[in-house]
Amino acid sequence: MKKSLLFGLAGLALLIAVPPFLKSYGIYLFSTWLVYVIANMGLNLTVGYAGQKSLGHAAFFGIGAYTVAILMQHGVSFWIGLPTAMLGCFVIGLVLGFPALRVQTIYLAFATLGFNTAVWLVLRNEEWLTGGTFGINNIGRPELLGLSLESPLAYYYFVLGIAVVLSALMWKLLHSPWGKAFTALRDNPIRAESLGIHIQTYTLLSFAIGAVYAGIAGALFASLVQFIEPAPFAVGTSFMMYLMVVVGGPGYFFGPLLGTAVGVLLPEWLRFAQAWYLFVFGAAVVLLMLWLPDGLLSIPDRIKARRQARDASAARAANAAKLGVQA
Amino acid sequence: MNAPVLKVRDLKKSYGAIQAVGGVSFEVMPGEIFGVIGPNGSGKTTMFNSVLGQIRPDAGRIELNGEDITELSPVELNRRGVGRTFQTLQVFGKMSVRDNLIVAAQEHQGSLWSRMFAPGDSGLSAKADALIDQFRIRHVADKKAGELSYGQQKLVDIAMAFMSEPDLVLLDEPCAGVNPSLVGGISTLLKELNKTRASGKKPGSFVVIEHNMDFVMDLCHRIMVMVEGTVMAIGTPAEIRANKQVLDAYLGN
Repeated sequence: MKKSLLFGLAGLALLIAVPPFLKSYGIYLFSTWLVYVIANMGLNLTVGYAGQKSLGHAAFFGIGAYTVAILMQHGVSFWIGLPTAMLGCFVIGLVLGFPALRVQTIYLAFATLGFNTAVWLVLRNEEWLTGGTFGINNIGRPELLGLSLESPLAYYYFVLGIAVVLSALMWKLLHSPWGKAFTALRDNPIRAESLGIHIQTYTLLSFAIGAVYAGIAGALFASLVQFIEPAPFAVGTSFMMYLMVVVGGPGYFFGPLLGTAVGVLLPEWLRFAQAWYLFVFGAAVVLLMLWLPDGLLSIPDRIKARRQARDASAARAANAAKLGVQA
Repeated sequence: MNAPVLKVRDLKKSYGAIQAVGGVSFEVMPGEIFGVIGPNGSGKTTMFNSVLGQIRPDAGRIELNGEDITELSPVELNRRGVGRTFQTLQVFGKMSVRDNLIVAAQEHQGSLWSRMFAPGDSGLSAKADALIDQFRIRHVADKKAGELSYGQQKLVDIAMAFMSEPDLVLLDEPCAGVNPSLVGGISTLLKELNKTRASGKKPGSFVVIEHNMDFVMDLCHRIMVMVEGTVMAIGTPAEIRANKQVLDAYLGN
């Protein structure tokens, strides 16, 4: 835990110190990364900790973004829009949890995928509400205690602040009895039930809380890009989010940080490869999945396991020698 | 103290045309260790799972401390004081041994909302450590349960069933796949737990399904023999050993 805290603080120091030296596109990229980190933190709860295979996360991202954008379009403050988006995502997340009470694994993935498609169709077809394919533009940025967040850097720090608060809350939640209940639900639901863990409740909550994180991320996204249309909230984004969680390490607290860097920042760094960049990105993901099916953050665990195995065999050899057996 | 903890009346369960359990009745008294034996396919596990709410019986009534629990879910049964182990290992492999024990009782502490941001150990560390010592698994307490040997995992599995101080614990083949020296250890542990539980306020009653005859005869106060989904005999180990019908049908020779 101490190590995690140090790691977190060092990362935070970098995230505070570096952006002032970046150009506005760099700041924009870091802000985008943080927005997806928030969304993926929620997905990591649903998928990584509670084990619910959800491929509908981008729908909540979209519901959050559109709720804030539509309300702001009608003159409602971001600060009313944000809690509205959170509440909406919580309720719809609970509802999306219900299929998970009946089906699991790939079947659940398809059910959530269907939900994502339905939400996307609403965003695209209900022009009176969402602007359809034209989207919604001129989305403003909020003020915080009288401070304008219009400049890219100010907005970046705002998103960073929210990400830190949400990380702290998630950390606290995962280290509470709820965190254990989610893990128990993932590892062995039948055993969990026999120990009095109400698996239905925790399944629904894992969806609802994950959805709230996506909703907040969506709201921040709308104000970041200031123009939204349905495309970023289609199923492709859900696949990418799932990929980012898996690449970072599902069920690892810092997994979404790394995974999202791979999903959002790596493609940018690969631009030198020009037409080949998607190919390079795809190949990198294939290799990662082959070598590290548990994600990047499983590397320390692997090293630790290897060291323990080496120590154990040394101890066995020593013991055997003591007993006079030739190795 | 003479009212039974568990009372099963005329329990029936069929799978299609096959009657797995056909009218089983028995009672388990406070502080009693009640053994269930019988050949494979005699309906022991179906009976167990019906009592535990894992499957719904077709007919019959099950009472816990006088309360009808026939239609209750596994969660509700556990909250009312029923613990269990499974035939196969069922530990949470990615959690430490200590966390396995804590998660086994945390839902009995406070309400869902009071647990939301509560300390991770739910105030159960001391209790978990006591069981860790009693089960002699101190040296692996901080390891992930999935990394332990089969026998060690079996001990964790059994200890988990006792964390919430249940009135009644149902153990499905606690000795399956366990080496002979550990069988003795498990027997000693269960006797200890039965004694300490029975001397407290709550009755500590166990129901044990097991194929290891020496284990059952030594551990149990009374034994029920099931054959073809029905009860052939219920009696003390001595009575069961002397029962000619049981000898012919099951024990052999």
